[in-house]
Amino acid sequence: MAPFVARGLLLLALLFPAAARAQADDPYAAFATHDYEAMRAAIETLSTSGDARAPAILAALQAGQLRVGADGTLYLRAADGSLREAVSGAAAAGVDAAALKEVRMNNAVRRALDGALGGLRLFAADPSTRAAAAEAVFKGRDRAALPALDRALARETDAWVKSVMAQARAALILAGGGASEADTLAAIAVLRARGDLEASSLLASVAGQPAAVMRAAHDALTAIQRQRQLWDIGESVFYGLSLGSVLLLAAAGLAITFGVMGVINMAHGEMVMLGAYTTFVVQEAMRAHAPGLIGASLFVAVPAAFLVAGAVGIVIERGLIRFLYGRPLETLLATWGLSLILQQVVRSIFGPSNREVSTPAWMSGAFPLGGLTITANRLTIIVFAALVFAVLMLALRRTPLGLRMRAVTQNRFMAAAMGIRTPWIDALTFGLGSGVAGIAGVALSQIDNVSPNLGQSYIIDSFMVVVFGGVGNLWGTALGALTLGIVNKFLEPVAGAVLGKIAVLVLLIVFIQRRPRGMFPLKGRAVEA
Amino acid sequence: MDSPPPSFTRRALGGLGLAAAALAATAAPVIGARRAAAAKAPSGPPIKVGVLHSLSGTMAISETTLKDVMLMLIAEQNKKGGLLGRPLEAVVVDPASNWPLFAEKARALLAQDKCAAVFGCWTSVSRKSVLPVFEELNGILFYPVQYEGQECSRNVFYTGAAPNQQAIPAVDYLMAEEGVKRWVLAGTDYVYPRTTNQILEAYLKAKGVAPADIMINYTPFGHSDWQNIVAQIKAFGSAGKKTAVVSTINGDANVPFYKELGNQGLKATDIPVVAFSVGEEELAGMDTKPLVGHLAAWNYFMSVDTAENKSFIKAWHDFIKNPKRTSNDPMEAHFIGFNMWVKAVEKAGSTDHDAVIDAMIGISVPNLSGGYSAMMPNHHITKPVLIGEIQGDGQFNIVSQTPGLVVAQEWSPYVAETKDLIGDWRAPLSCGNFNVKTGKCGGAAK
Repeated sequence: MAPFVARGLLLLALLFPAAARAQADDPYAAFATHDYEAMRAAIETLSTSGDARAPAILAALQAGQLRVGADGTLYLRAADGSLREAVSGAAAAGVDAAALKEVRMNNAVRRALDGALGGLRLFAADPSTRAAAAEAVFKGRDRAALPALDRALARETDAWVKSVMAQARAALILAGGGASEADTLAAIAVLRARGDLEASSLLASVAGQPAAVMRAAHDALTAIQRQRQLWDIGESVFYGLSLGSVLLLAAAGLAITFGVMGVINMAHGEMVMLGAYTTFVVQEAMRAHAPGLIGASLFVAVPAAFLVAGAVGIVIERGLIRFLYGRPLETLLATWGLSLILQQVVRSIFGPSNREVSTPAWMSGAFPLGGLTITANRLTIIVFAALVFAVLMLALRRTPLGLRMRAVTQNRFMAAAMGIRTPWIDALTFGLGSGVAGIAGVALSQIDNVSPNLGQSYIIDSFMVVVFGGVGNLWGTALGALTLGIVNKFLEPVAGAVLGKIAVLVLLIVFIQRRPRGMFPLKGRAVEA
Repeated sequence: MDSPPPSFTRRALGGLGLAAAALAATAAPVIGARRAAAAKAPSGPPIKVGVLHSLSGTMAISETTLKDVMLMLIAEQNKKGGLLGRPLEAVVVDPASNWPLFAEKARALLAQDKCAAVFGCWTSVSRKSVLPVFEELNGILFYPVQYEGQECSRNVFYTGAAPNQQAIPAVDYLMAEEGVKRWVLAGTDYVYPRTTNQILEAYLKAKGVAPADIMINYTPFGHSDWQNIVAQIKAFGSAGKKTAVVSTINGDANVPFYKELGNQGLKATDIPVVAFSVGEEELAGMDTKPLVGHLAAWNYFMSVDTAENKSFIKAWHDFIKNPKRTSNDPMEAHFIGFNMWVKAVEKAGSTDHDAVIDAMIGISVPNLSGGYSAMMPNHHITKPVLIGEIQGDGQFNIVSQTPGLVVAQEWSPYVAETKDLIGDWRAPLSCGNFNVKTGKCGGAAK
């Protein structure tokens, strides 16, 4: 690739002699070219030049707000869409914004830019900006930032920012090499205290140093790795809980339609899919009519998905399933056919490709908790699953409707004799199960594809959870989901994802052979009936 | 397989007295085709072109678009006066992402509809399942998707990339430009990723990468929980050496994978991911802002800045009546394959399969990235290799392009069993797996 790049450069120089000449004295000219190597050099020059325009222009580059015209002039695009010439600062009058192109970067330029901006922002007024800047310097590992970092460290008053800066300094010392033995040892101690993957990466890269330094680095690395092993167990538990809560959400609706009512509903997954598409429609509608409230779209989507999936569920029960009670094989085939029909309907309406459901800002990213990385969307889904489960339990145990549902499923004739309209209750129960599946779809739209096939991938898992937990027992479903999730996540790193899944299935088969009615079988006469 | 001669048929003669326009209207109906000037209107029995792409099931997400592209290309060709003066007619079937059904539908397209050529398949398993049918009935299949190689059939024209036209240049780019020393080969558990990773592993070892610096990970189809795999990749990348992920993760599993990468804060500047199955179409369902800088290697990107590409995209948007639709690499492959087939039929003067198969070799047509692609004797085409970085708008910024065209290696030289094999379907060799060491043809191509 190198001779090609060189040839390209030569060509560029021939085609744009002015640009090539300007580059020597004007580093900004590099941004008008597609030459990433020159851009990287320009960023390094600018970061130490003390040029007052540099921070704003580099920040705009990072935010994707730097534009270049056909003649190579750079423009800054403000948040309101107005343009201004980047180098001269003059207002850009009569420039067609649509004709300008965004200045593109590659990863090498992006890395240099992150490091350079980190160096420039070390003296910002806001402590969290300073800390983020120090973290960028830590990642950049560019020795040239050391003098600036030392000055910033000397001026720093905030203890937390100071500690981040000290870590960044340690990273620069280790990565650059050539520091005194005492300095290097101190740096190793700082990184050992930091104790995360970045630190161990740096420690592992120490090479060619005096024996004492090598030993210290090795000891620190072993200490960090030992600590990480403990955190890894915690991490697996969190991942397991997270997978378990996804399974619980997907299976909770089925626990009602299959577990309580005994209907083998193969179209259950499609109720989940309808919920996810409802989220998409709600978001599109809010983007068009209430763009300010888009962050709250999921709160609107949850009841909407419940109503849509619930209504479809009631229609299915009235139109199809009620004619098939007591004929499980026919129900299975009919609902499976129905699932194919629903998939194709959605495919015809929304198209076969994935639909983009946006994630609100409060559900994006991750935060550290000790040595764990907790992702916000997973945590939200764990909490959400617990909430849905609690509300469902309350609805079944504490409401008149729940009482009737339980009465009908336990003894249909007695309930009918007491004046309960059992067909009506059947429809509502099926609607409730489907609605809960719809709610699950809202949550799954945040972590999975919103495509017509969304439901298919969850239907087998859902049945597995309900059968494992004990048919007819909601607590069993909850514990079954969490157990399967955690077992899966502990097996996966050891056996791999494919074998892990097989192992879980084998364990499940063995378990069902021992206890055919699952973990928490229903007891009493109702079961025998 | 004999097709009627491209001369006047009785029906056309009978129609001579009628207005030419009326004749055009009675010719075989072609969806979306509008007849151009009456004088040029194609006449006679239509030439049937089979379109074998899943329109339902898991693969519908990728394959439906290819069906639409084929309809567009056929309609355009009919506007230009058809082929050999006869109209083209698309025969669209839906194999429903069901591999045995692919073979059944292929048999129907060849035996009942007598299709002159079939454009279809996406997954390798679907190609493998129709292969015996095409060989038995001596049909012609154009396969438009990048694949694992290690195959060379007389009846198949591979217009997608072989591993050396995609995977190996991508790895070279990461080594040279990003200085990557440690590799994660992550893939979905089926034939394409397994074979590609086998080739890549051998290639990396040949380049001096230690076995401890290669991690291979397979996941099931549609895998949706990537938490601990992403965490594993992070841990693997913290050994003090620059690490990259080479992803052969397929279709649906990509969205949750990239979402998890974004959420766990794994940036392209730390550990870049280069993907071979992620194109504009897959990114359409994602917020790509956290993914900026992750890479993909293809032979075409929608962002390619050439006049050919602009007119292709315009034709596509006009045809599909949606200016937001993306174009992608397999679409370009069909574009090239279809134009090659048209040229070969014109050269052979008939749609007879044997004549067309022989005429195909050496045909060269413009591709969309500003050059020409040629059909080689191994039934693969020459292609440029492009590396693109994902941008915030779901498009790719092309950061590297091979200076010339790359010729496909259908049999990998990095795999011991196939390093001496070549495919050459020209007479007198006419062999898909000729062993240059022993001088023998291995028989029917695998």
